[in-house]
Amino acid sequence: MKSCLIVDDSRVIRKVARQILEELHFTTVEAVDGKEALDCCRDSMPDAILLDWNMPVMSGIDFLRKLRQEQGGELPVVVFCTTENDIEHITEAIQAGANEYIMKPFDRDIIETKFTEVGLV
Amino acid sequence: MNKSDFDFLCDFLRQRSGLILSQDKMYLIESRLLPVAKKNGLKSLEELVAAIRRGQDKKLVQLVTEAMTTNESFFFRDKTPFDTLRDQVLPALIEARGSSRQLRIWSAAASTGQEPYSIAMILKDLQARMQGWRLDIIGTDLSHEVLEKARAGMYSQFEVQRGLPIQMLVKYFKQIGEMWQIDAGLRAMVNFQPGNLLERFDSLGKFDIIFCRNVLIYFDQETKKDILERMVRQMPEDGMLFLGSAETVLGVTDQLAAVKGLRGVYCKKSLLTTVSSPRPAAAPLAAKSA
Repeated sequence: MKSCLIVDDSRVIRKVARQILEELHFTTVEAVDGKEALDCCRDSMPDAILLDWNMPVMSGIDFLRKLRQEQGGELPVVVFCTTENDIEHITEAIQAGANEYIMKPFDRDIIETKFTEVGLV
Repeated sequence: MNKSDFDFLCDFLRQRSGLILSQDKMYLIESRLLPVAKKNGLKSLEELVAAIRRGQDKKLVQLVTEAMTTNESFFFRDKTPFDTLRDQVLPALIEARGSSRQLRIWSAAASTGQEPYSIAMILKDLQARMQGWRLDIIGTDLSHEVLEKARAGMYSQFEVQRGLPIQMLVKYFKQIGEMWQIDAGLRAMVNFQPGNLLERFDSLGKFDIIFCRNVLIYFDQETKKDILERMVRQMPEDGMLFLGSAETVLGVTDQLAAVKGLRGVYCKKSLLTTVSSPRPAAAPLAAKSA
């Protein structure tokens, strides 16, 4: 079973994402901001990370740049999941090392096809 | 809806589009036709059926047919067929067509354009190997409404996230307000035209590759056979046909055979028995299926 870290400051979004990911046979861990996510990764690197952009304490993009410098931090497949939907943000995310990008709102189909795209499903 | 109305609608749709509706598809009628009724100032399905029975409103007849036959479409739907196209089928055909430098592809149920545009993106990515080639992609569909949308190449945020890798979105789409439009170069690669598979399509010419996925499921055996065998006549000896993952030619026609190792890909049966010189494009593929 693959593991996915869900990083979002919204409890509702985390719950919806967790339900979908569990249906896709992932074990899930949750974090409310980039800093908590980084602690989770240092503890145990997940296979996948579903990552919000705008969060208090540490943003998703700051987390991603730090993660990719960590030992083993190049391994997780990172899928952004954010309301930021312009080409500048998408390009910035890819340059920082994101593997895929989901623009909110999302549904099960979108998560499933995006995760399939990067070989997670 | 009463039985007489249901039977009338079934007959009507079968004649217009070949669509076969069984009793268990009642929900489909309600979910798709109620909005059409409301939009045209009719209060119920009964009123809608009555209007079709009168047969005077040609536009309404077209709208009903379109609503019942339109399918949701994804970019790179099911992924595997497009990997197969890019990694196996196209390389063989590029080699075989080295002298004519021409390739024709038909998307036979193009719907809102995702399938032919997915094919166009793959060709674009391979263009370094096809400098100066003439590439034709034809997309046909029964519905004029979806073809209009296909030609515009304008998709919602939801649509561009179903199956389209983010790198492809960045590379080939432009954001216009809340919508995403596929770039003009790709739009120019695809020629969309209305077409009903029940009618003759030989005027479209020959196709090296035909995509006919998830359409035949709506037809009865006899119609399937007729369509497939007419498609065979539009294919050169080494042509390739892509069907949907749940579809097969087995028990439908003996003029086509599955290409072994390539799920959902079919070639002319005669190709399997004549794999000799001059080497046909798909020889390396077909040889495996012997």
